Amino acid sequence: MPYIPPGGKPVPIEVIEESLYEVRRKIYPRSVSGLFARWRFILVFATQLLFYGLPWVSWNGRQAVLFDLIQRKFYIFGLVLWPQDVIYLTLLLILSALALFLFTAVAGRLFCGYACPQTVYTEIFMWIERKVEGDRFARIRLDGEEWPWGLRKWRLKITKHFLWLLIAFWTGFTFIGYFTPISTLGSALIHLSLGPWQTFWLCFYSFATWGNAGFMREQVCKYMCPYARFQSVMVDKDTFLVTYDKVRGEPRGSRSKSADLTSLGLGDCVDCSICVQVCPTGIDIRDGLQYMCIGCGACIDACDQVMEKVDYPKGLIRYTTERAIEDKESNQSAIRHILRPRVLIYTAFITVLTAAFIVSLATRNPLRVDVMRDRGALAREVEGVRIENIYRIQIMNASENNMNVQVKALGLDGLKVLNSQGQIVTEIEVGPASNLLMPIKVSADVGANEAGNYPIHFDVVAHEMSGDELITRTREEKSTFIIPR
Amino acid sequence: MSDFFSSGWSAYIALVALVGIFWCIWLLFSQRKAKVVHTADGAVADTGHVWDGDLRELNNPLPRWWMWMFLLSCIFGLVYLVLFPGLGSFPGVLGYSTDGSLMQSMTNANDELKPVYAKYVKMDIEQVAADPKAREMGQRLFLNSCAQCHGSDAGGAKGFPNLTDGDWLYGGSPENIKASITYGRGGVMPPFPQLDSNQIVDVANYVRSLSGLSADDAKAARGAQVFAANCVACHGPDGKGNIAIGAPNLTDKTWLYGGSEATIIETVTKGRMAMMPAQDKVLSPEKIQVLTAYVWGLSNSKQPAAAK
Repeated sequence: MPYIPPGGKPVPIEVIEESLYEVRRKIYPRSVSGLFARWRFILVFATQLLFYGLPWVSWNGRQAVLFDLIQRKFYIFGLVLWPQDVIYLTLLLILSALALFLFTAVAGRLFCGYACPQTVYTEIFMWIERKVEGDRFARIRLDGEEWPWGLRKWRLKITKHFLWLLIAFWTGFTFIGYFTPISTLGSALIHLSLGPWQTFWLCFYSFATWGNAGFMREQVCKYMCPYARFQSVMVDKDTFLVTYDKVRGEPRGSRSKSADLTSLGLGDCVDCSICVQVCPTGIDIRDGLQYMCIGCGACIDACDQVMEKVDYPKGLIRYTTERAIEDKESNQSAIRHILRPRVLIYTAFITVLTAAFIVSLATRNPLRVDVMRDRGALAREVEGVRIENIYRIQIMNASENNMNVQVKALGLDGLKVLNSQGQIVTEIEVGPASNLLMPIKVSADVGANEAGNYPIHFDVVAHEMSGDELITRTREEKSTFIIPR
Repeated sequence: MSDFFSSGWSAYIALVALVGIFWCIWLLFSQRKAKVVHTADGAVADTGHVWDGDLRELNNPLPRWWMWMFLLSCIFGLVYLVLFPGLGSFPGVLGYSTDGSLMQSMTNANDELKPVYAKYVKMDIEQVAADPKAREMGQRLFLNSCAQCHGSDAGGAKGFPNLTDGDWLYGGSPENIKASITYGRGGVMPPFPQLDSNQIVDVANYVRSLSGLSADDAKAARGAQVFAANCVACHGPDGKGNIAIGAPNLTDKTWLYGGSEATIIETVTKGRMAMMPAQDKVLSPEKIQVLTAYVWGLSNSKQPAAAK
């Protein structure tokens, strides 16, 4: 039975029994230069400068960005976040997801091509590989050498892996430096006194970097990354993508420079296969949009160079939209379709959420109060006329300054707040980025009140000196007061 | 430890786990080769399944590293089942259990804390009570183990003594407090069914007069005789109590259950039973040392401990 491709003529088929588990075919991407390669270099440099550099920045005498998991305090420059602030992380993740949707709808997988750690480290590792072993053909030749390996091959492979491991190790080290102060981590490393978990994570992240960027590479994008699989629901006919202009290029074929194209009946594609050789995921962009395409633009750079050499107009492979190719539209006119509903909706969501994020961060109250009634002892009579209820008050100071805290109880006549020793609580000092748990008694005149539960609330006022500025923070916390029978 | 009614369930679960894993391995092996349709130019054709008009199912091979990962996971599963509990009630050759792990963590935590407590064990209670760090630790122990009855502020409640007022049923010396915490106390006030209600009212008035509270003089005078006949054995001839058996001092205006006439009548009529549970099985001797110092310090520190 012949096979009928969609919309095509039947073709003869053959049935072969073959293995369902395919050995990875190693990809030897050829080096490329041009606009997109330059942009990628800039972004690799910028992201890594940020990643490797940030742990070394200090702020107020501590590491500027530190996620202290043991103390459960997360320092981000002037901000100290506590586990209670997890809502900000949630917001940040939602914002990131929306940004990903927006970028994908407008211009495809920009994240994959320029900022994804998988791409960035693969790029760095490939750069080292190229410097040590040479470009595509040199590497293919080197790997093709028969066993036993010669001295040169040993030397090159060892050099390459040594450099790879060095970078992988530094990456792992930096990563842990976000969770343990990196300066103490450094000295602990030199004295070989890292803790067992630090050692484990150091090895784990080093190994993961080395394995993913050195060996797994495009396999991660092709088989592990979910983003590749669901991008197709985020792109549409007006999304700018790395596209081969098949209207202009087909039918492809090699030709001599002087040949007359119209008589040969050929398109602009000279079928030099450079676009395939430079592709880091080993695909042929001329087959159309594929889930393996990470949108890096290497084929654009490569094809433009070829087009220049053969004196054809550049842009046989270019960033453009499906509609533009079909309607033979220029990019200038295709860009008019950018304001489509999905783009507008994503933008609106991002704007609203970003505003909410900034406003709530700016107005965040670093004073938190929790009041817990004693469950065992409901109430007690003192001096025959007053009723005492006991509470534990927890005051959390999430700022980096001392707080002087006053606590008042309101809601019943003559409520007094006393400490364990029975003295009126005047001012409590809570240190920077710390919390304080303190048993307090609240005593009330029974007066004309009948037995029962009365809602009361605690008004907590904190004064904080930030530099020369006195800031007042307030919190209200509800509780109940019990007058026993 | 097996929670099954019948050992058949254990075998059933073990069987499901093992058959599952071996079935996965068999599946992987049996699917290693397949007839794949190629077009003449060598490209993989689809399986002929088409959805939504244009979604064609291709028949591309899996990456081989994926197969190895899958196999590795199966082997990991089998090794895990040998080492750890998972095959029904088989406990695994490592003998791991969540109970044991908890016990181990607690032992480790106690070992880690040993040096922290070590210096306090050698010190007198008075010295420990003066140490701010020890007071902080003592308060945490108190909030964990004592506050349920005595209140977070140690002020007590009806039937649960106030620990801050300097009045002690069983004595307030550090040794006495330590003994109360370690071994617990049981305080019993027996009921007095042999007394008639007038006698009980009389004795209640007498007891109130001991503390200088308002009382009917005539009733109190009669009550003194009732007291001498029934109460002195424990509370003593002058009503000052006896710390050896925890009989309260009736002259100090401190009342465990309340000092109103009605409450005292209830106490005498029905008796009282109080229980301080022993902590020797719950807290280590070092922790009891620090806790004793904290409790002692509540009523003995010269300047009240800063509320921390």
